[in-house]
Amino acid sequence: MVRIIDRRFDSKNKSTVNRQRFMRRFKSQIREAVADAISGRSIKDLDNGESVSIPSRDLSEPQFHHGKGGIWENVFTGNDQFSSGDQINRPPGGGGSGSGKGKASKDGEGEDDFVFNLSREEFLDVFFDDLALPNLVKTQLARIHEYKSQRAGFTNDGTPANINVVRSLRGALGRRLALASPYSGKLRELQKQLEELLETRPDDDPEVLKLKDEIGILRAKIEAIPFIDTFDLRFNNRIKVPKPTTQAVMFCIMDVSGSMDEGKKATAKRFFMLLYLFLTRTYEHIEVVFIRHHTVAKEVNEEDFFHSRESGGTVVSSALDLMKEVLQQRYLNGAWNIYGAQASDGDNWENDSPHCRELLAESILPFLQYFAYIEITPGEPQNLWREYEKLLGVHANFAMQHIEGLPDIYPVFRELFKKRL
Amino acid sequence: MSAKRQKRKQPLPSPGEWTFELIEAYHLEIDRVAREYGLDTYPNQIELITSEQMMDAYSSVGMPVNYHHWSFGKSFMHTEKGYRRGQMGLAYEIVINSNPCIAYLMEENTMTMQALVIAHAAYGHNSFFKGNYLFKQWTNADAIVDYLIFARNYLSECEERYGEEEVELLLDSCHALMNVGVDRYKRPAKLSLNKELTRQRERAEYLQSQVNDLWRTLPAHQVKTQAVEERRFPSEPQENLLYFIEKNAPLLEPWQREVVRIVRKIGQYFFPQRQTQVMNEGWATYWHYTLLNTLYDEGLLTDSFMMEFLHSHTNVVYQPNYNEPWYRGLNPYALGFAMWQDIRRICEHPTDEDRHWFPDIAGSDWRETFDFAMRNFKDESFVAQFLSPKVMRDFRLFAILDDDKESKLKVSAIHDDAGYRKVREILSDNYNLGSREPNLQVWNVDLRGDRSLTLRHQAYLRRPLNGDAEEVVKHVARLWGFVVRMEVAHEDGRVEVLHECRRDRRKSDTH
Repeated sequence: MVRIIDRRFDSKNKSTVNRQRFMRRFKSQIREAVADAISGRSIKDLDNGESVSIPSRDLSEPQFHHGKGGIWENVFTGNDQFSSGDQINRPPGGGGSGSGKGKASKDGEGEDDFVFNLSREEFLDVFFDDLALPNLVKTQLARIHEYKSQRAGFTNDGTPANINVVRSLRGALGRRLALASPYSGKLRELQKQLEELLETRPDDDPEVLKLKDEIGILRAKIEAIPFIDTFDLRFNNRIKVPKPTTQAVMFCIMDVSGSMDEGKKATAKRFFMLLYLFLTRTYEHIEVVFIRHHTVAKEVNEEDFFHSRESGGTVVSSALDLMKEVLQQRYLNGAWNIYGAQASDGDNWENDSPHCRELLAESILPFLQYFAYIEITPGEPQNLWREYEKLLGVHANFAMQHIEGLPDIYPVFRELFKKRL
Repeated sequence: MSAKRQKRKQPLPSPGEWTFELIEAYHLEIDRVAREYGLDTYPNQIELITSEQMMDAYSSVGMPVNYHHWSFGKSFMHTEKGYRRGQMGLAYEIVINSNPCIAYLMEENTMTMQALVIAHAAYGHNSFFKGNYLFKQWTNADAIVDYLIFARNYLSECEERYGEEEVELLLDSCHALMNVGVDRYKRPAKLSLNKELTRQRERAEYLQSQVNDLWRTLPAHQVKTQAVEERRFPSEPQENLLYFIEKNAPLLEPWQREVVRIVRKIGQYFFPQRQTQVMNEGWATYWHYTLLNTLYDEGLLTDSFMMEFLHSHTNVVYQPNYNEPWYRGLNPYALGFAMWQDIRRICEHPTDEDRHWFPDIAGSDWRETFDFAMRNFKDESFVAQFLSPKVMRDFRLFAILDDDKESKLKVSAIHDDAGYRKVREILSDNYNLGSREPNLQVWNVDLRGDRSLTLRHQAYLRRPLNGDAEEVVKHVARLWGFVVRMEVAHEDGRVEVLHECRRDRRKSDTH
């Protein structure tokens, strides 16, 4: 009569589709939230989701109901003081307080923002969407680990292709010896007796024949022990281990002169974040060096890098000098893969630009895996751009891009990504 | 209870963890006792699910399958957040009014809770679904699951053909009208999957031809009927807005009409539940309490089981007083449970007061009275008929008159001889959907002119519509395709236009 069904292992996530619908519908709000989150986050912090809050009036599902007002007559419980005809003052507020009308809680509920959490995947999805990344790249980047399979001893089961012959036979031999040991002891004994007997008796003596029979039976028993048993089989064991990764250092160089406004800095931040994400794909340990400059350069922490304001002129070579110095002091011991990323509005002191090019070409680029320069400016490229252009053909590990909006960032990485893949 | 307890049998084991064997053993005993009490139920199907699946079921309005819509995603996220943070527990059970009756048990529950849920849902609610007249009239337990599957498939087909966004916008509009998609005083046709499928295409074609006829603009026709056409349309005001739109909206395509119908049918399915909360929850609570106590008296349940059970039971029927911060109105479990218990008391041990108030049932056979009450009432009439002075005294009920033109509230009646009838009347009216929800009507369609649709809110006791009304009118306009006007008819005869939504081209709104 009753049917008891275990549904616990049915497909979970029945609501996934509904969740995606929800995300699609409120895409613009979610984008905004992600943009806010990015400006508040460290560039290394891309592996977490984000909590997003949407004003609940945006996602209300309106229906016809009564509002407040008019005449209502309601029944309450727990009368402790009233008699018929009593007049009572209206309770202040209404909602929450005990004598508020039943409706009040419903209305009151609507005021809070609707808060929910984006998973890491969903967060990255929105992040990538802004940057117009191709799908292949997105999936490559969003993947967390790469594994490589490695030998790790032997196991008792596996596929026939992985049988380890030496180990298996060694096991078989041991087993045969062990199983035969009671018989072989006796066999030796009998054989000794036989030899002794043969010295005194002829070959066809009944005693000798009897001994020979027994020896024959023992031999047969020993031979009946299987040469190899499934029990003996050993297989090469392979396990997946995260791909060994080496370390990298990433130099972020940014112009913080007066002409770099918040918008440009936000764009630069996305650029650095993306580079960081690319590097995390390949390297396990990444150090980031932040160098900001106007007329003088300074190594700073991330907070200061993005948020403190400076003004004044621009001497780009000061930053490159500092980078060179840091490189030589800390990272030129062969243990580091070195990457550089520079963001500027390209407005450099005229005589400094050729010097920058030289610095890069001679003291920096030879040691670097890759150096990317982005010029964030709405109009014509500036003088630094023209100097840097000369490096393009000569150095394969140099890339530059003129950026007006976020989707322009990705082309810088195309080359890099191709190479890494 | 313990006095008449006889140790006849070996008690069932009551470990914290449940097993399938134990659930079956408990079910067997509960089933036996329920039969002895004469409970008539659909066959049971008990499904064990995880908390995540419970949240799934929650967010798709408690249904085992449903079509996809963002609002279900929203409610899932909302539930999940509350649950993960521990702000709210999940209901211990969800039970679906279907045949067989599906009851969900959550795997996190202890054995005691599983037994409680089986008694509550699989016997209490189940027998109510099968017996109550509203459920019999409005829902069809045999067909609902099939219908939901049909609905989901139909909608995903529509999404493929017309685009997810188009379907979503349509659903948004339909959902906004879901609670005005019921003829309160007319019986709906029974659901049947086969009929739905075979007739759906016919209906689509036929409807379209009817609508086309309604909006025919051929000159010959016009001349001929000019004089007669002054007739109103609809000839009488209609309260079922969704139905009216499904049949008459000029610009809807056949598939859109079908979607409107699906939402209407599903909304209608919940109509009885909204009207029988006190009765239904009270009934289920009464039976889990009675069934498990009977088993205990037979010596089948251990003391530790009973302690845990009574703890949960007491929480369920807790009724805070009006001046306590967690007061959220009358707890339907508490009121319902108290009323059913009281009815039994009146039948078995009537006092003089009971004989005076309930001459029909005082001293009658309680099982028969229960059966009669369960089958033939809804909250409104159940309260009006069976709420006894004793229950009103126990709850210390009192009524407050809140007139926004007066500066003070007035206590209109309390639990005393002068007030019993009045309190009961008011409480009964509180459960009356007709006065609880605004009275909206399709008032007029301007057939010869701009095809505008006029909705009228018949104000009752000066109660206004809430702020959502304007938004809902926009949704109506999206479905109707032409101007929609919302007016309110005050009780003094004044009529004023509240909102007007111009929407000449439905398409312009969709992107």
